[in-house]
Amino acid sequence: MQVFSSVRDPLVTGGKTVGDVSHDISRHVENKPPRSWWLALAISLVVLAYGLYCVCTVLWNGIGVWGLNKTVGWAWDITNFVWWVGIGHAGTLISAILLLFRQKWRMSINRAAEAMTIFAVICAATFPLIHMGRLWLGFYWALPLPNAFGSLWANFNSPLLWDVFAISTYFTVSLVFWYIGLIPDFATIRDRAVAQGSMLRAQIYNAMSFGWQGGAKTWMRYEAVALILAGLSTPLVLSVHTIVSMDFATSVIPGWHTTIFPPYFVAGAIFSGFAMVLTLLLITRVVFKLEDYITIYHIELMNIIIIVTGSVVGIAYITELFISWYSGVEYEGYAFYNRVQGPYAWSYWSMMTCNVISPQLFWIKKIRTSIVATFVLSIVVNIGMWFERFVIIVTSLHRDYVPSSWTYFHPTKYDIGEYLFTFGLFFTAFLLFAKFFPVINMAEVKSIVKTDSEKVSH
Amino acid sequence: MEESKKIYWKGIEQLANHPEFVKHAHNEFAPGPEPEEDPGHSRRDFLKMMGFGMSAVALAACEAPIRKAIPYINKPVDLDPSVPNYYASTYINGGDYASIVVKTREGRPIKIDGNALSSVTQGGTSAQVEASVLSLYDNARLRGPKIGKDKISWEDLDKQVIAKLKSIAAQGGQIRIVSNTIISPSTKAAIEKFKATYPTTQVVQYDQTSAFGIVKANEESFGAAIIPSYDFSKAKVIVGVAADFIGSWVSPIEFTKQYALTREVTETKREMSRHYQFESIMSITGANADYRVQIKPSEEGAVVTQLYNLLAAKAGRPTVTGGVDKPNLGKAAEELWANRGAALVVAGSNDKAIQVIVNAINDILGSYGTTINTALPVNYRQGDDLAMANFVNELEGGKIDVVIFYNCNPVYDHPSGEKIAAALKALALSVATAYKEDETGTLTNYLAPDHHFLEAWNDAEPKPGHYSLGQPAITPIFKSRAAQESFLIWSGETNVDYFEVVKNNWKNWFYTGQTLDFQSFWDKCLYDGVFEKPTTLMATTPTFGGNVSAAASAIASNYKTSQWELVLYESGNIGNGSQANNPLLQELPDPITKATWDHYVTVSPKDASGIDFSESITKYYTITANGKTVKLPLLVQPGQTPGTIGIPVGYGRTKAGKVADNIGENVYPMVTMVNGSLSYNAVDVKFEATTETYQIAQTQTHNTYMGRETVVQETILESFKDKHWEREFQPSVATWMKDDHKAKPDELNMWKGHEYKDHHWAMSIDLNTCTGCAACVVACNVENNVSLVGREEVINRREMHWLRIDRYYSSDAPADDWAGVEVAAENPEVVFQPMLCQHCNNAPCETVCPVAATTHSTEGLNQMTYNRCIGTRYCANNCPYKVRRFNWFKYHDNKQFEVSNPAMNTDLGKMVLNPDVTVRSRGVMEKCSFCVQRIQGGKLNAKREKRKLKDGDVDTACAAACSTGAIVFGDLNNPESRISKLLKIRPQDPKHPYKMDKVADNPRAYRVIEEIGVKPNIWYLTKVRNKDSAKA
Repeated sequence: MQVFSSVRDPLVTGGKTVGDVSHDISRHVENKPPRSWWLALAISLVVLAYGLYCVCTVLWNGIGVWGLNKTVGWAWDITNFVWWVGIGHAGTLISAILLLFRQKWRMSINRAAEAMTIFAVICAATFPLIHMGRLWLGFYWALPLPNAFGSLWANFNSPLLWDVFAISTYFTVSLVFWYIGLIPDFATIRDRAVAQGSMLRAQIYNAMSFGWQGGAKTWMRYEAVALILAGLSTPLVLSVHTIVSMDFATSVIPGWHTTIFPPYFVAGAIFSGFAMVLTLLLITRVVFKLEDYITIYHIELMNIIIIVTGSVVGIAYITELFISWYSGVEYEGYAFYNRVQGPYAWSYWSMMTCNVISPQLFWIKKIRTSIVATFVLSIVVNIGMWFERFVIIVTSLHRDYVPSSWTYFHPTKYDIGEYLFTFGLFFTAFLLFAKFFPVINMAEVKSIVKTDSEKVSH
Repeated sequence: MEESKKIYWKGIEQLANHPEFVKHAHNEFAPGPEPEEDPGHSRRDFLKMMGFGMSAVALAACEAPIRKAIPYINKPVDLDPSVPNYYASTYINGGDYASIVVKTREGRPIKIDGNALSSVTQGGTSAQVEASVLSLYDNARLRGPKIGKDKISWEDLDKQVIAKLKSIAAQGGQIRIVSNTIISPSTKAAIEKFKATYPTTQVVQYDQTSAFGIVKANEESFGAAIIPSYDFSKAKVIVGVAADFIGSWVSPIEFTKQYALTREVTETKREMSRHYQFESIMSITGANADYRVQIKPSEEGAVVTQLYNLLAAKAGRPTVTGGVDKPNLGKAAEELWANRGAALVVAGSNDKAIQVIVNAINDILGSYGTTINTALPVNYRQGDDLAMANFVNELEGGKIDVVIFYNCNPVYDHPSGEKIAAALKALALSVATAYKEDETGTLTNYLAPDHHFLEAWNDAEPKPGHYSLGQPAITPIFKSRAAQESFLIWSGETNVDYFEVVKNNWKNWFYTGQTLDFQSFWDKCLYDGVFEKPTTLMATTPTFGGNVSAAASAIASNYKTSQWELVLYESGNIGNGSQANNPLLQELPDPITKATWDHYVTVSPKDASGIDFSESITKYYTITANGKTVKLPLLVQPGQTPGTIGIPVGYGRTKAGKVADNIGENVYPMVTMVNGSLSYNAVDVKFEATTETYQIAQTQTHNTYMGRETVVQETILESFKDKHWEREFQPSVATWMKDDHKAKPDELNMWKGHEYKDHHWAMSIDLNTCTGCAACVVACNVENNVSLVGREEVINRREMHWLRIDRYYSSDAPADDWAGVEVAAENPEVVFQPMLCQHCNNAPCETVCPVAATTHSTEGLNQMTYNRCIGTRYCANNCPYKVRRFNWFKYHDNKQFEVSNPAMNTDLGKMVLNPDVTVRSRGVMEKCSFCVQRIQGGKLNAKREKRKLKDGDVDTACAAACSTGAIVFGDLNNPESRISKLLKIRPQDPKHPYKMDKVADNPRAYRVIEEIGVKPNIWYLTKVRNKDSAKA
C-alpha cells in the first residue's frame, strides 16, 4: 500500500509503469552492450594490465621500487587505501542508514552505490596487502590463526589488526547485503529470459537468484533480512573509518596523534563516497539512458549531503589548526605550520580548495541541479579527499620530531602504477557489474512507481 | 509373575559349558587365530614396510639445500667453532698507525677494535681503521705476482728482478725505493739490507698530507728535524689555525683522545678547555671549537703572525711586521697568556715559515715541556717534500733506472703523479708492491703484491720506545708475499721467513734488559700487541732559535689574497683516498657535509648564488688551480669563509676497484710547492658555474635542529655553573592533576611499567666529548652486518645505518621563527648527536606491530624478530627518532648491490660477515639491537665461568669504538656499573628497584623528546660550550 504526498515530486519520472521498470533495467543485461561500454572496458583493462605489471614488479623486486624512504614509510599506498575505504562508505550508508530512515529516494541509487562499495573495498584491501614487505607471509600472519609457531599470536594492540577485522567485517556484511538485494532482480531477469527463450541465461540467473519464486512469505523474509542487515551495517559505516583513523590517532607522530580523527574521517568518507557515487551514476544514467530513474532530484539530494559533510570536514580542518596552536605543543604546532607553509603546502592548499571551498558552490541551486557542475565537482571532491589523506600521512611523517631525518617524498612510476591498478580493477569490475547485473534495484523501484490509477488521480 | 525358564546362549560352547570356554569366559574378546607358519611376511608387515619405504623415498625427495661448508677434519687446537679469537696487531696504512685487536671467527678477521694497552692510541680507532677489515676482502686485490698484465710465479719474478737489479747496480744505475712514511723498524732494516746489496739505492718518503713544514720548522727552531709529541690533554686553552687535529692532522686518534679529556665536565671536574679555531673550511675540529673564526686560506700566516705579535708584546719580545686582526684573536691571546704552561697553539699549514712562528708562540707560552714534547718525536709523517720533488726531477731527467714502490701510490696521490706516470715507462725496472694493482701498479713492469696488513707480520715504532707488533690474523688469502720479504730476497737472502726476521729483530733490539726468557717476552709482546720501554725521555724545554722576522716576511711575500681561494683537505670518510675502494667508507657520511659516494666542492652559502641546495640538488662548477681543471658539483657549506672553496682529496681514483673508480676527480695535482714544502691551499683559482645539474647523495639534508631544546640541549659553562648545575631546559607536560598544571614527563604513565629483574641495559652519550668522528658508525656496520646500499639508494634516503651521527648547525633566528630557524647561521655552532634506537621502555613501535615482531625483552631491550616481520613499516613511522631501517630490496646475493655491498654479494666479501648476526632478508625491518649478540655472549661467558656478569663484560660495538669514551653502555640495575655512576642512577620508586623507571641525577643527563613519555634507555649529556656568553 503506497502512500504519496502530492507535495513531493515523483521519484521516478517519465510516467514509468512497473513493466517499464523491468524492461528499462533488464534490457542492459539482455542486449548487447553499447560501443561506449566496450571502449570503457578496453581502457579499463589496459589500465589494469599496466597496474598489474607494476604490482608484480613490487612483489618481485621489493617495496624499494616505490619512492618511500627511511622517514616516510607510508605514502601513496596507505593514502590510496584510506581513499578507497572512504569511497566505500557511501554504498552502505545509502542502503542501510537511508533504509532505516525510510528515505525512498535511495531506491534508484543504492544498487550501484553498494556495488561501488564492494569494489572500492576490494581496491582498498589490495594496498595493505601489497604494501607489506613480505606479503607471502603477512597475508596470513596478520590473522589470529591457530598456528604451530609456538605462542605466536597477532598483536591485538595494533590498529593494523583492528583494520583487518574492521575491513573484513564491513566487506562481508556489505557483500551479503548487496547480494540479497540482487536476488529478486536476478529472478526477474531469469523470468524474462525464459520468456525470451534464452535458456542458458535463465539457468545462470536462476542459480544466482537461488531459485527465487517470489512467494509472499519469501518476500516477508527477504524484507526482514534486509532490515536486519541494515541494522548490522549501520554501526559498521561508522566503525570502519573510525578504526582506519585510529591507525593514525593512536600513534605518537604530531599530525597523526589527534582525537578528532574518528568523526572527521567518517564525515570525510561519506563526503568522498557520495562524490564517487555521483561520478559513477552520472555516467551510468547517460550510458544506459536511466535519466528517469536517477533524476535531478536524486542528484540534488546527494549534493546536499556533500555540502553537509564537506562543511563538517572543513570545520575539522580548522579545528585541527586551532588546537595545534592552542595546545602550545611545539611539535604539534610545527606539524600544522608545516602543512600550511612547508614544502607540501601545495598539497594542503589543494585539499583545502577541493574539499572546503568547492562544495560550498552547491549552496547555489543552479549549480546543485546542474549535471555538468555536479560531475566536475564530484571529481574535484575526490581529488581533494585524496590530498587530505596524502597531507595527513606524508606531511606528518616527512618532518616529525628529529630534524636530521626530515626528507621529501617523490612517487615513482610504480607508486602511480599501483594506484592505476586499482582504478583498472574498479572500473573493470564496475563495467562488468553494469552489464551483467541490474544497476537499479527493480524490485524496490517498482514500489515507488505510481500505478496507473494513481496517475489518473494525480 | 512366573519365572522364565528360558536360557539364552551365545554359542554352542556356552551352552555346552566347555571347560576351555569357561577358562576364557572373562575375556571380552576371544583370542585370535594362531600365527601362521611363516610369521615374517604377513600382510601387515608388508604394508608397514611399504609405508616406511614410501615415506622414506618421499622424505629423501625433500632434500635440504646443500650448503658448501667444510668442517674441520682435525679441529685446530686454538680454534673453537663459533668462539671468536682475538689477536693484537697493528694497523699501518701509509703513515697512519693504530694499535688494534682483531676479532676472528673460524679463522676470518671480522672486526677491528682499538688496543687499550697502547699508550699512543690508547684503544682509540678511527673510521678508517674500523673499515680496513673489509679492505682485506677487496675483490680488486691482486691474486699473485704479475709481469705487466701476465701472471708470473714468485720464483720467476725474483729471478728476473734480481738479474735486472744486479746488472743495473753493476753499471752504477740509480735505484729508488719510494714509500709513504715507514714507521716499522724491521721494514727499515730490511730496506737497509737491500741498500747494502745495491748501494745506489735511496729511499724517498712522502705523505699524501705532508707535515714536512713542521719538520723543517723544528729543524730551524730547535735544530732537530722532528715532529714533536703534542699533549692536548694538558692544555686549558687550545688555538688551532686550520689544524684539523681531530680529523686528519698528524695523529688524529691520539689527539682526539687527549682533547676529549679536556672537554669532559662533571660536578667534580668543573673546568674544561677553551678551544679557538681559525679556519676557512668547516672542519670537524672547527665544529668542536668553542670559538670558531672564519679566515681565508691566505690569511693563515697572517693570523699566526698577529697572534705572535700580541703575545710577543706581552712577553716583551720583538714584534714582527705583518698580521691581520680577526675577531676573538685578541681574546685568544689574552687567555693563552693567562694560561701559560697550559696552552697549545697548532697550525695545519705545511709552510715552514708559519710553523716557525707557531713554534715561537708556543715558546712564549711555555708549551715546550708541558703540552709539547720535543724529546719524544713522532715517527709518522716523515715524508720529505724536497726529496720527493728531487726524485721526480731525476726521474724525468732519466737519471734513475729502478724504482720500487712500497706502501704508496704516488701516481695517484702525489701532485707530480702525472709526471711520475709518464717517466715510469722509460725505466729499466719498476716494481710495485701494493696489494692491489693501483694507479701506480698498472704502470710498473712488475707487480709483487704485499700482504694486506691483517695477513702480515710487521712492527711499528710510532714514537721512540713505543713498539707495536703486527700479527697476521689470517693466512694470506692470495699468493701475496710480504714486501719486506721481497726486499730481503732481492738483496740476495734465501729462505727468508719474515716472521723469524721480525722476531730476531725484536730479540736483538728490544729484548735486552728483560728478566723474562725470550720466548715469554715474545709471547707477551704478541699477546699485548705493544711493547713500551719505560720512557727515559723526559720532556725538555728546548731553546728556540728560529728566525721569526724572516718567517714573517716570507709569509708576507708568499701569501696574497685573491677572489677565490682553494683548500684541499682530507674528508672524514674517504681520508687521503688510499682506502677509497672500501664501500664502508664511501657510504659513511662525511661528519660535516653528510655526503656519501660523491665528490664535491664546498662553498659558503653566500657564494652559492642561485643554488638553494634543497634536497641536495646542485650544479657542477669548474675549478682551475695550478693548471689543473676539475668539474665538481657544488655543496653549500655553512660556516665556510666566503671566497673560499674547499675540495676533499681522495676521490678521482681510476684503478682502485669498482667501488671507487670514477667517483669525482683527482685533485692532488692542484697541490703546489710553496716555500719549500707542499701547500694544500691555492690562490688565484678560477671558479665557474656550469649549467649541468647534479644531486649529491647526502644522508642528512635538514641542517638545523629547529631550536628544539628537547632534541639537543646545550648550555655554556658559566651559566651551567651559575644555575648550580641544573639543566637549563626541563620539558614538562600540562596536566590538571597538579596545582601548577605541570608535570615532569616521568611522573605520568599510562602503563604499570615493565620490571627488569636481571639487567637493565642502557646507554649514555656525552655530547661534549663526542667529536663526530664516526668511528662508531663504521664499527656498528661491521659488527652488525649492516647493508651498504650505494649512491642511488642514499639519494632515495634509504641508507641502512643503525647508528647515525646527526650534525646540527645553529641558526641566528629565534626558535619560534619556524621559517628563519631552518637556515643555518653564517658561522654556525655545531652539535654532533649520535642517534640510534633509544630502546624506549614504552616503545611506540612495539604497540603498533600487527604481528608482534618487535617486542620488549626482560632486560629493557627493544628487540626485533626479523623472522616474524611482515614489513608493514608502521613501527618505523611511529618511531619518534626515525632509527628503524627497512630492507627495501634484497641487499644480499643481488647483482644490483654487488658493488656497494660486497660483504653480502661476493664470495670473498662474505668472509667479513659476523656469523653471530643474521643477514636480513628483503621486506623486514631492522634497527640497533644494542649488540644483543655481544650481551648474550657476555652472559654465556659469565655463566660458563660460574660468576655474575661484571660491568665491562659487555660492550656495544659503538661504545667500544668510541675513542673519547663519549658512549658508555651498561647495566642500570648494577649500582656499581660505570653508567650507573656516571648518570647517578636511582630507581624512581626505591621500593621497586627493578622497575623500569630510573632517575638520572647527573645534572647534564637528558633524554631526547622526553615529554612524549616513551622513556628511552639512552641518556644524552648536555653539550656545554666554554664561552663567555651564549651569543658568539
